[in-house]
Amino acid sequence: MDIKKIREDFPILNRKIRGKTLVYLDNAATTQKPRQVIEALVDFYQNHNANIHRGVHTLSDEATSMVEESRIKTAAFINAPKPETVIFTRNATEAINLVAHSWARKFLKAGDEIVLTEMEHHSNLVPWQMLAAEKQVVLRHIPMTPEGTLDLEAGRKLITAKTKLVSFTAASNALGTLIPVEKIISLAKVAGAKTLVDASQWAPHRALDVVKWDCDFLAFSAHKMLGPTGVGVLYGKEALLEDMDPFLGGGDMISRVQLDRFTPNVLPFKFEAGTPNIADEAAFGQALDYLSAIGLDAIAAHEAALTKKAIETLSALPGVTIYGPKDISQRGGVVSFNVDGLHPHDVGTALDLEGVAVRAGHHCCQPLMNKLKTPGTARASFYIYNTFEEVEALGKALDKAIAFFMKKPAAVR
Amino acid sequence: MAEGDQELQDLYREVLLDYFRSGSHKGTLEAPDFRAHGINPVCGDEIELTMRKGEGGKISEVRFSGHGCVISQASSAMMAEALEGRSVSKARELVASFKDMMLSKSPLESLPDELEALKSLEGVRKFPMRVKCATLAWNTLSQGLSAGEGKKSEFQEAE
Repeated sequence: MDIKKIREDFPILNRKIRGKTLVYLDNAATTQKPRQVIEALVDFYQNHNANIHRGVHTLSDEATSMVEESRIKTAAFINAPKPETVIFTRNATEAINLVAHSWARKFLKAGDEIVLTEMEHHSNLVPWQMLAAEKQVVLRHIPMTPEGTLDLEAGRKLITAKTKLVSFTAASNALGTLIPVEKIISLAKVAGAKTLVDASQWAPHRALDVVKWDCDFLAFSAHKMLGPTGVGVLYGKEALLEDMDPFLGGGDMISRVQLDRFTPNVLPFKFEAGTPNIADEAAFGQALDYLSAIGLDAIAAHEAALTKKAIETLSALPGVTIYGPKDISQRGGVVSFNVDGLHPHDVGTALDLEGVAVRAGHHCCQPLMNKLKTPGTARASFYIYNTFEEVEALGKALDKAIAFFMKKPAAVR
Repeated sequence: MAEGDQELQDLYREVLLDYFRSGSHKGTLEAPDFRAHGINPVCGDEIELTMRKGEGGKISEVRFSGHGCVISQASSAMMAEALEGRSVSKARELVASFKDMMLSKSPLESLPDELEALKSLEGVRKFPMRVKCATLAWNTLSQGLSAGEGKKSEFQEAE
């Protein structure tokens, strides 16, 4: 990987933050966009803009092809057997809500159980809480160990004949923990349960194969992998998608409408009501091309090296606690940490003053934070354009912050 | 001094850090006359505000509990100090003055003498995401006062 060359493709990396060069370490929240993606957006609006799947004119044809080309690329990226099994949504959150609404609501009944984990992002928790309240479905949560890995033994006991769905993250956004996806899927299969993998923190960083995993559903967001905001992906097994009810009603999701009834459209359009996010979906194809050209294995290796260095650098500073697995092979490019006596928000602001952008807070994982007995953490997360020098800059900025806040002992308390 | 240091010192003034470190007015009052709970969903910070009234209906004791950053904790402590001995109507005035200053609707100089210490939060105005840290206690108080005596109230900052 030629990081220097990669960085040249990201115009925002030249931005100054209060006079300092930006060190962008908030990639688990969203990644920056290469000029190839930005240019694709401009090109779409300047040269091809039209609504899709309607109209026989040239522009509409071009726009339709561009979106469908992205769908084919997305299918190839995750090894989905057919492009029709790839549904574009607004984000991973909407993809999960789609499954809750169109599959679970139709097929689950009172007393059925859904197994989640204690490490879920709110987006893979709240939709199921809403469904549980409506359908009297029971939610179970595979516990997290103090080290921040999943307690698979406990999971084995939680997944039973009552379990109808196991919905879980493939990698924790808060701690970086990599989840043994295939082990959980095999437990679910033995119990006869369906599976939904939240791959939001996996798809951007390491190779993914839905056939190998044999998951029933899989969700992720384009904006976390160089793509534009406003595009999510839901993959589902064809037979399941066929059996499901539509999600939203409107144009494009129908094949025929009469005054009193409608016939749903074929896959994937059955789940894509209304004018979609055409330009962003079209440009997402460029992001996938960019990632594929570098290679997902190279990306994962680069992030692992940065993570190792970050853990070494931050551990050496006084009062720093690092969360998540000690074993580097069990974590992705996320380092979540706290400084004794300091609130993550103050850490976040102090780092920002040095140009270093990290996330500070609960990372939309309040139950996980409760388990760690902290209101939040500061989180550095890495991507293809991050350098070892940037990890050093993070260490220096944090050292400075600690020195500033800790220069005087607590006075009265 | 490096530029970052200057800005850090401008945001986190000595007065602010002193209030944060002092632990002044932290705690929870038994059988309070007011109790209000506030949440900042951006960071998940929470505050529990309890107050007791004394002679002539004046606020006699104020305590706050919960976790928070330097800015929210210092602002809470300074607010508690400023409220003690004031009438409820004066407290409402102080809330309005403070919020106007934090939201840059009025100049720093417009803060009344009772809120002198709060001038140390001036630097926070340049950080929109952090203004909510400074106003959480004040908005929680305001909500608590509106809910009326004895009633428990909930306040949530907009995300």
